[in-house]
Amino acid sequence: MTLMNEPIHRGDTKKKYCRFRKHGIKYIDYKDANFLLKFVNEQGKILPRRITGTSAKYQKKVSQAVKRARHLALLPYVTDSLK
Amino acid sequence: MLSLQPCFKKHSIYLFMEIKSYETVFILTPVLSDVQMKDAVDKFRNVLKEHEAEIVHEENWGLRKLAYPIHHKSTGFYHLMEFKANPKIVAALELEYKRDEKVMRYLTTSLDKYAVEYNEKRKRGEFNKSNKEKEEAAS
Repeated sequence: MTLMNEPIHRGDTKKKYCRFRKHGIKYIDYKDANFLLKFVNEQGKILPRRITGTSAKYQKKVSQAVKRARHLALLPYVTDSLK
Repeated sequence: MLSLQPCFKKHSIYLFMEIKSYETVFILTPVLSDVQMKDAVDKFRNVLKEHEAEIVHEENWGLRKLAYPIHHKSTGFYHLMEFKANPKIVAALELEYKRDEKVMRYLTTSLDKYAVEYNEKRKRGEFNKSNKEKEEAAS
């Protein structure tokens, strides 16, 4: 998922949902770098909730997991071309 | 009386220092030979054993590329250990990590019940399949 401009016709867009709530994922693994890639942009920055639709509870866990993965060099702190 | 019971239970955790689940990952420098690497891993395993920790699971990820250079090295040996122990021993383990020059990075995390569940699935290997399906559905 990349950073995109918000659409003009808001009514047309699907409602965002939290994928963790929907699929009943309770634990976000920091060792699974491929999965965490969904929550960072090309520069390796954590995407805001506003874009991914993650609920606050799980956004906290996502950010914790991304930060742990960065510490263990599974994800970069800064980069130019992650995807 | 009823309201006292949970209080007592909570307090007893601190009194007897109940067993908690932990997971630790460390990165060893790539300059080591195979034997040296195994010795280093054995050393940390012994630290855990000395402190009466129960090692639940161990995983060697081998030589992996780092996402960014650490100490001018671009690769490292990753090793993961999951154990159950008294919270006191984490400090002892991390002290050993700090003293050892071969360790480039380490991370010890406590596991909650969902994490333990997740790790058991991961161990059995069935997680890879189900997770991929979930990811596909989610994306």
